[in-house]
Amino acid sequence: MLYTKKSALGMAAAALAFGMVATAAVRAEDAKPADASLANKLDPNAKEIDDKVLAASAAVKVEDGKYKDKDGDPTFHIVNDGKKVDWFTYSGYRRYHAECHVCHGPDAMGSTYAPALKDSLKHLNYSEFMGILAGGKQDVNSSDQKVMPAFADNKNVMCYADDLYVYLRARAAGAWGRARPGEKEEKPDSAKTTEKECLGG
Amino acid sequence: MRAVHLLALGAGLAAATPALANESVLKGIANPAEQVLQTVDYANTRYSKLDQINASNVKNLQVAWTFSTGVLRGHEGSPLVVGNIMYVHTPFPNIVYALDLDQGSKIVWKYEPKQDPAVIPVMCCDTVNRGLAYADGAILLHQADTTLVSLDAKTGKVNWSVKNGDPSKGETNTATVLPVKDKVIVGISGGEFGVNCHVTAYSLKDGKKIWRGHSQGPDSDMLIDPEKTTSLGKPVGKDSSLKTWEGDQWKTGGGCTWGWYSYDPKLDLFYYGSGNPSTWNPKQRPGDNKWSMTIWARNPDTGVAKWVYQMTPHDEWDFDGINEMILTDQKVDGKERPLLTHFDRNGLGYTLDRATGELLVAQKYDPAVNWTTGVDMKTGRPAVVAKYSTEQNGEDVNSKGICPAALGSKDQQPAAYSPKTQLFYVPTNHVCMDYEPFKVSYTPGQPYVGATLSMYPAPNSHGGMGNFIAWDGVKGQIKWSNPEQFSAWGGALATAGDVVFYGTLEGYLKAVDSKTGKELYKFKTPSGIIGNVMTYEHKGKQYIAVLSGVGGWAGIGLAAGLTDPNAGLGAVGGYAALSSYTNLGGQLTAFALPNN
Repeated sequence: MLYTKKSALGMAAAALAFGMVATAAVRAEDAKPADASLANKLDPNAKEIDDKVLAASAAVKVEDGKYKDKDGDPTFHIVNDGKKVDWFTYSGYRRYHAECHVCHGPDAMGSTYAPALKDSLKHLNYSEFMGILAGGKQDVNSSDQKVMPAFADNKNVMCYADDLYVYLRARAAGAWGRARPGEKEEKPDSAKTTEKECLGG
Repeated sequence: MRAVHLLALGAGLAAATPALANESVLKGIANPAEQVLQTVDYANTRYSKLDQINASNVKNLQVAWTFSTGVLRGHEGSPLVVGNIMYVHTPFPNIVYALDLDQGSKIVWKYEPKQDPAVIPVMCCDTVNRGLAYADGAILLHQADTTLVSLDAKTGKVNWSVKNGDPSKGETNTATVLPVKDKVIVGISGGEFGVNCHVTAYSLKDGKKIWRGHSQGPDSDMLIDPEKTTSLGKPVGKDSSLKTWEGDQWKTGGGCTWGWYSYDPKLDLFYYGSGNPSTWNPKQRPGDNKWSMTIWARNPDTGVAKWVYQMTPHDEWDFDGINEMILTDQKVDGKERPLLTHFDRNGLGYTLDRATGELLVAQKYDPAVNWTTGVDMKTGRPAVVAKYSTEQNGEDVNSKGICPAALGSKDQQPAAYSPKTQLFYVPTNHVCMDYEPFKVSYTPGQPYVGATLSMYPAPNSHGGMGNFIAWDGVKGQIKWSNPEQFSAWGGALATAGDVVFYGTLEGYLKAVDSKTGKELYKFKTPSGIIGNVMTYEHKGKQYIAVLSGVGGWAGIGLAAGLTDPNAGLGAVGGYAALSSYTNLGGQLTAFALPNN
């Protein structure tokens, strides 16, 4: 009760609805076959590749540094034999290790009290992820008390929701390993604008 | 308003008879068969006079009995023993069990508070609780949701309860409490949520709030007397905190108070450390951010601060200064002095005169510590190495190779002191980090962190993430050091039997020789140990007991280790995921020597 913030939930719902609309709009177009420049060039020695997740997260287009899959959901783009990442994978790594790792562990590996998101993201889709991020999750029973807070009114999280999703998706696909990204694409202008508008003041 | 309040308190004091410490607590401390405080004694020495189990026979130790707490979260702290009853606490939901040792540890009563599970995610780093205290026939429990409860020790019935904070603003509790005289003194957590933290005294009898002193803000909020409260011997002066914050940033300043508290009945002062300033991004809060990261000496009746000493001005690394203050009387330069020894998260071991707050020793207790070249003993300020300064490197820059990591060279795991060897026994972390601060915005009840971290075992060392060391606090030197594969996250216990006990993250209870550090005994309990070893005597027999239940900050690296084991960050073999060694649990294991 104490924690139910009506305005916050409203904001989350709005964000979700917006996400849906955008998705629908992209679906209406015919997804074009991936052109060569959109293909990932991963580390040839990557050990944890999940072929299914990797295939589903293939980028089909890019808009100002932001890669989208066939459903229009944000995704990662990793090239140079797994050395260079898109801006959002990098930014997501950074935000994850500030806001999420105290529960979900370093590199999304999980902890004694929160699941490994590198596994969760193998089955959570974009809108499910956004729903949990904004609305939280409770798993309280006689043997377990797992509670994730609702981040809907936390700008430090919600303004970077896509970044987190893209990073975690790369972890789930095995496209990015347990490391801090080094080489990265420039921060896109749209990311700068969005960040400024979202964070405010 | 505040000033009037202070005056009124002073007047009240003058009229009251000066009560001695707390007789029931003093009686319990004097009887080594019992343990009435988490810290074993007021001085926080964690030393027991029991010597039936000693350096020559500890190798014969056997499991005497066990008890499952029914909770699978990080178990910090230890049980208490009063008479024939053992009191066991758990992490959230903070159950208390009273076990009758006369009846095969039968559960005499059980107390389980109803708490909103929404408090769980507001607690940083697991839902640990560092245990109960006993005073005047009552068991004192400070719950996760900051409800302070007094329970009738005989029946478990609630005598009174009072709310110390508001979890919806990120205010939570993980700490134990300090019963002193007719009061119980409590702290609060929430440094990662921008809480303006404080210590508060409640009446032991009825839970009425008596005073509250904040870690930052106006002098009246902090219960600081600008003329009388000193720092390194000099009065702190007016607005000593406000001057060191920009605007009203002190209002979300952190400085939390979740450590172990000690008390000196003779000087009538209690001691504790205040934590990191919020946020973790130093650029966002210019100034020294006083009095975060500070050792405090306060009067328990009025709360007024006698002296303060800030260890890490303008924190740049989350070196949360809450670790315990251990009070000893030792000779310095041939003269007996009242000392306070503190192993800070920042990697420095401090020795001060606890009467005056004079700084005597500030030395690294892990040779890996690199963020400072040392402390100027006149000004008390550490010299910061530019390369490791996240302030100087700035926002959005990843400062690499800082030692120690944010969890400190030592975290909450309390050290022990043996008056026989005059050595401190310190469980430590041997972990370094990369730290990148960035801008964050504040929302009440939401995390307010502002830095990206990655942690790894100290490079170019033994590859493990911990050491168990013996420390000479007068000389400021390591006497011996045992490498540990994982951070030594459990509290130590020293005994008159010349044995020091501690638990490890893999789940071992270890006994080592207090003089040499030689391992004398180990036993693997069902889960990793982050609790503190305790001892008690029942029917003439000495027992050693410890809670197992991996979790806490340490549990974060459990799933797979802190970093990629193949990345080769100076780790020489041996370094692997803790999950290969242990699993979640919640169990008490009691040990004793076999009957002949």
